[in-house]
Amino acid sequence: MDMRPDPLVMMTSSVQDQAPKPVKVAAKNVNVYYGAKQALKDVSVDIPVKAVTAFIGPSGCGKSTFLRCINRMNDTVASCRVEGLIQIDGKDIYDPALDPVQLRARVGMVFQKPNPFPKSIYDNVAYGPRIHGLSRSKAELDEIVEHSLRKASLWEEVKDRLKDSGTGLSGGQQQRLCIARTIAINPEIILMDEPCSALDPIATARIEELMAELRSNFTIIIVTHSMQQAARVSQRTAFFHLGILVEKGETSQIFTNPTDKRTQDYITGRFG
Amino acid sequence: MSEHIVKSYEQELSTLDSKISQMGGLAEQLVGEAFDSLASHNPTRAQATVASDATIDLLHRELEEQVIMMIARRQPLANDLRQVISVLKVAGELERVGDLAKNVAKRAQTVSGETHPKGLLTGLQHMTELASRQLKDVLDAFAARDAERAMVVWRKDENLDAVYNSVFRELLTYMMEDPRNIGLCSHLLFVAKNLERIGDHTTNIAETVNYMTRGTMPEGERPKSDITSSTLVSGPLR
Repeated sequence: MDMRPDPLVMMTSSVQDQAPKPVKVAAKNVNVYYGAKQALKDVSVDIPVKAVTAFIGPSGCGKSTFLRCINRMNDTVASCRVEGLIQIDGKDIYDPALDPVQLRARVGMVFQKPNPFPKSIYDNVAYGPRIHGLSRSKAELDEIVEHSLRKASLWEEVKDRLKDSGTGLSGGQQQRLCIARTIAINPEIILMDEPCSALDPIATARIEELMAELRSNFTIIIVTHSMQQAARVSQRTAFFHLGILVEKGETSQIFTNPTDKRTQDYITGRFG
Repeated sequence: MSEHIVKSYEQELSTLDSKISQMGGLAEQLVGEAFDSLASHNPTRAQATVASDATIDLLHRELEEQVIMMIARRQPLANDLRQVISVLKVAGELERVGDLAKNVAKRAQTVSGETHPKGLLTGLQHMTELASRQLKDVLDAFAARDAERAMVVWRKDENLDAVYNSVFRELLTYMMEDPRNIGLCSHLLFVAKNLERIGDHTTNIAETVNYMTRGTMPEGERPKSDITSSTLVSGPLR
């Protein structure tokens, strides 16, 4: 094992980032079926806490399916069957005693297309804290809304029009609103399913900057089709192909010297 | 290796390789011609050798521009990234080899009228042969993506150092024997130094070939035996 420090880490991060991080999400031998079709085959992976992990792979490789297992979104798909073990902080999230609604409060999700509620900017962010009873007063709720919008770097742009509709914002602003809505309930994990694929480069850069800030407090898992984005934002990368987790490792290693030929062919644009 | 989906990318990568082989071929040729013009006391031939270094410089600039464009356009990753970066580095090394060979040819012009003591160039000829063979082997290793072969070259540079040490001592002795040799021998010392430096650039290329194919830098220190920095031949005190 090469113990030299990662040159990228040396360039951009503090010393504490170099220590191995504890595991937040652990998946062991996960198999997922949609009816008779197997979408994931024997996937085992550890996701470190307070870091960005990127899932890459061609369309239909199972990366989004796996992402959706982590907050049990697949429960809503009737034909879907999940086997194996997925743990958060060592606890099985498919334990029948566990309430999926409570789980989803701990595991937030941001989607490919910004999907703000057809409500005011304020209500979009306040919705989660209200239904989860996270605030005791209007003043406290105001504080949560401001704090979340600031965390999502949107506050300066919307503070004078919190009553305007969330759907009236630009695409990039809407996506940041969705991130603010996600972090308002103070989750531990944020799942991002191609969060920048509908955004222009400026809005993409803002989201990426945001991820760099958020990873000091949250565990982030991002599915992306942009190799450059995965290389820029993540510390660890997992490559999926045909339902198999082919290779996982430090991002700097995966993008300069992958060990599996399939990974190499995919990230260099050679898949025939 | 399967091919890129984008065919023009595939072509660009193979152009990089063919330009390196073109540059390498020219550099090899230049090293040999520079020594031949020295040995044959032929200033015209030396001048032609000096002039042909310009082609290597031109190819170097073309490769640099192409690599910059490819990084901007393609954002190469994994083995492609390593190839593109390696080509940039190897082109730089070959450009230096060209410059050193050119310098040998310039000195050949300067000393073309001098009479050489018999056997004076034997050591330099040996160095030229070793340096040329090393350069050829490393370029073959580059083209074949053969890290093992490159590492053989890397280890063998020691031999060139050893010949350099003896040429160094030999030239110092000639100078001490007869001060009229000093002018000629000073130039020949630089020629020897240039050939030794060509060997060093060759080992840099070998390290790059190793990185390009294996994704790692070679482990450990390269064997070195150039001891000229601490060599002094003392003459009798008068």
